[in-house]
Amino acid sequence: MSVQTQRAYRAVGPLLAFPVGAGKEVRIGTLELAVFRTSDGGVFALENRTPHRKGGPLAEAIVSGHYIYCPLRDLKISLRDGMVQEPDTGQARTYPVKIEDGCVHIEVPE
Amino acid sequence: MTGTNNKRRKLVLIGNGMAGINALEQILKLTNAFEITVYGEEPYPNYNRIQLSYVLEGSKTIDDIILNSREWYEENGIALHTGTKVARIDTAAKRVHTEAGDNAAYDVLIIATGSKPFVLPIPGADKKGVIGFRDIADCEAMIGAAGRVKQAAVIGGGLLGLEAAKGLVQLGMDTTVVHLMDTLMERQLDQTAAGLLKAELERQGIKFRMGAKTVEVLGGAEASGLRFEGGEELDAQLVVMSAGIVPNAELAKASGIETGRGIKVNDYMQTSAPDVYAVGECCEHRGVCYGLVAPLFDQGAVLAKTIAGANTAPYEGSSVSTKLKISGVDVFSAGEYLDAPDHRVLRIHDDWRGVYKKVLLRGNQIVGAVMYGDVKDAPLLTRLVREGDAMTDELYADLFGGGSGCCGGGGTKSSAVQSMADEEIVCGCNGVTKGDIVRVIREDGLSTVDQIKVKTGATRSCGGCKPLVEQLLQFVLGDEFQAKEETKQGICGCTDCTRDEIVAAIREKHLTNVREVMAVLDWRQPEGCSKCRPALNYYLGMAWPTEHEDERDSRFVNERLHANIQKDGTYSVIPRMYGGVTTSDQLRQIADAADKYGAKMVKVTGGQRIDLLGIAKEDLPAIWEELGMPSGYGYAKALRTVKTCVGNRFCRFGTQDSIGMGVLLEQKFERLWMPAKFKMAVNGCPRNCAESGTKDLGIVGNDGGWEVYVGGNGGIRMKEAELLCKVKSDEELVDICGAFIQYYRETGNYAERTSDWLERIGLEQVRKLVIEDAENRKALIARVETALAKLQDPWREVVESGKLQQAYYHRIEVARD
Repeated sequence: MSVQTQRAYRAVGPLLAFPVGAGKEVRIGTLELAVFRTSDGGVFALENRTPHRKGGPLAEAIVSGHYIYCPLRDLKISLRDGMVQEPDTGQARTYPVKIEDGCVHIEVPE
Repeated sequence: MTGTNNKRRKLVLIGNGMAGINALEQILKLTNAFEITVYGEEPYPNYNRIQLSYVLEGSKTIDDIILNSREWYEENGIALHTGTKVARIDTAAKRVHTEAGDNAAYDVLIIATGSKPFVLPIPGADKKGVIGFRDIADCEAMIGAAGRVKQAAVIGGGLLGLEAAKGLVQLGMDTTVVHLMDTLMERQLDQTAAGLLKAELERQGIKFRMGAKTVEVLGGAEASGLRFEGGEELDAQLVVMSAGIVPNAELAKASGIETGRGIKVNDYMQTSAPDVYAVGECCEHRGVCYGLVAPLFDQGAVLAKTIAGANTAPYEGSSVSTKLKISGVDVFSAGEYLDAPDHRVLRIHDDWRGVYKKVLLRGNQIVGAVMYGDVKDAPLLTRLVREGDAMTDELYADLFGGGSGCCGGGGTKSSAVQSMADEEIVCGCNGVTKGDIVRVIREDGLSTVDQIKVKTGATRSCGGCKPLVEQLLQFVLGDEFQAKEETKQGICGCTDCTRDEIVAAIREKHLTNVREVMAVLDWRQPEGCSKCRPALNYYLGMAWPTEHEDERDSRFVNERLHANIQKDGTYSVIPRMYGGVTTSDQLRQIADAADKYGAKMVKVTGGQRIDLLGIAKEDLPAIWEELGMPSGYGYAKALRTVKTCVGNRFCRFGTQDSIGMGVLLEQKFERLWMPAKFKMAVNGCPRNCAESGTKDLGIVGNDGGWEVYVGGNGGIRMKEAELLCKVKSDEELVDICGAFIQYYRETGNYAERTSDWLERIGLEQVRKLVIEDAENRKALIARVETALAKLQDPWREVVESGKLQQAYYHRIEVARD
């Protein structure tokens, strides 16, 4: 758990490229992310893969507040920590996001 | 227990099944003082063994019955070794050794090795094709034998044997249950109930050979049949041994732990070795080995508290009850089940309703019960028998109808749940206790079974505990529960408003977008959920067709992107082909587009259209442009297709131009949003080749005009369409279709197909408003025309809008340095 990997923020595009209330697929190298911009202005990045054991993408989810509903099986997932809400279980990987000069930056492993 | 010591103690569990994992779950609720390692022989994470019969029956898959995913083990920091057999326990050095040569130290050891089928000690029992019914491998063997094996025999007419037999019949095998006794399930049922059961199972295709003792399995290397005492034989290429179970106690025994039939444990689940515990079907408690699920939860609770150092009452044994898990067969028994001279017997037996119910009293004390046909009182009786409660007039009225209610459901039944202990299990499949449920009702304000299911998982798997959960709601909430259940059935967890209240508010208060509706009606979750958002978007568009702007972000992925998402994240593309008619040019165009964008499959759909599967999301706008055809809406709650037969243009039987009419109707009503998907068909003669009987709107031509059928469904719940009316002219037909569609759009619940809708509204009502009331029909047609006027091809819209493509179809790519 405590293995140190180098992480760095990567610029992925202007805030305007991310529509409010919807998800957007972002690929950084081979890493596939689903990035959501919520109605309160927040931007969240998750791995673009549902924690459901049968798999599938997340970027096409319905967004509500700080939660999304997985497009294939309707799991409710928190954007803050990726936790799947009851009664389903699991956790999607999350990545820190910061917005600087109108640009979205996501922290990913180097 | 070792509060100041930071070092976590090592807990090893041998056996990765329901008993062991349930015990771990209960331990994890109490403490995180342990570093946990689990060894399991099977290559799977913990699954619901009770539901293997559903896997065999085909109603569930193996994935469906997995209880704890591998992620669960990871999240809880548990090291899981599947496919690993423990060969020896060194109780002195406190170490377990695996067959592969690994070993691990423990501070605390739990043995939960379960049981195995009892194999009759007869010649031939080791032949190929002789199996038990105990684990996923057995299930797979049976499923694998289907098609290859014609005849199967199940030795043992107990619970498991009957479930296996039903599964084998379902798999297409000629299946005979061979039973030593003259009555089935003789350890749970009396003769009457067993007789009813046998008759029902025979009706379902199982054969029986009663009072038959098997003495040999015949055949060469592979089984070919059975021989019975007396010399008779039975052909069978698959033999399932289901004549009882034997605790898996060899490992413990070989390691010097005291065993009888099973591993001997005391009232705290301790074995004879220090810090070694046993739980579940492998253990023997006060001389009893259990083979059912309820006791293992009781034992697990005591074990967890003992290990965690919490106070616990001793385990004093479990009262067991039984339910058979075969679809359409309801039998139940608890406690004593055979009449004896010292019993007072309360009994109803009604051959007309196929119901049998018997309760046995000793003095006034309830000591046993058997039911067949109607088992809704099973939770109550389980409880009464376990507690040894006294029969009272109220209870009698509850169980047998008494003076007031007619079917025994009259009185309040809170008495059964009232006296339950908090840690008692209500939902056996998911290990949810009474205390868990009462807490979420009180603390989280939950008031419906559905909410409790979402929060705790109770009623989620087999649903058998639903009556108990309802009784708990009744018990905790009292009259409030009744009131809530009757008046408040909101469309989802975000609101208490019903569909009708919402639509009324939209109309009266002139609400025109989703956000407004939620604000005005005080939504609990300000931005709604995946249930209410698409529904509201539909109701708004239906009520205000010219004003409401369709809200893409409130639509499911398919309707948002106008393509059908597949499990791998690619999409399917179905272009519109009116009436199922295409041309050679169009086919060439489709073929070229399929090649250019790498369609993984090209398939003709059930509705006579062509489907290009496996298209990447970012290619969708381009392939649509290339095709130059409108969207076929194969993904939407809208008109899917109008299926047609060839009709009088070519067919020698045709009396009407079904293709012409089909094309006309599809062009007229395409793109119109509906409460649910909507399928149509037009036939040129009563031979009905385009299958109008299973369509939402099916039309059958004859010499004098058209017949209109509505509310058919060929899906989950088959339903034959009903005749709405007959019309003479084409104009009349188009009018009736429009009025019918609009009436459904205005009164249907979101996601309600016409089959369910028609059942709810009634054909008479539809006939009255759509056919008989000419004024109303005219008004409906006017409104549907208004709605139709605004619609455009969504593919074209995307092809022409760089903004839409950017927002919904393109992804962002960043190189990795």
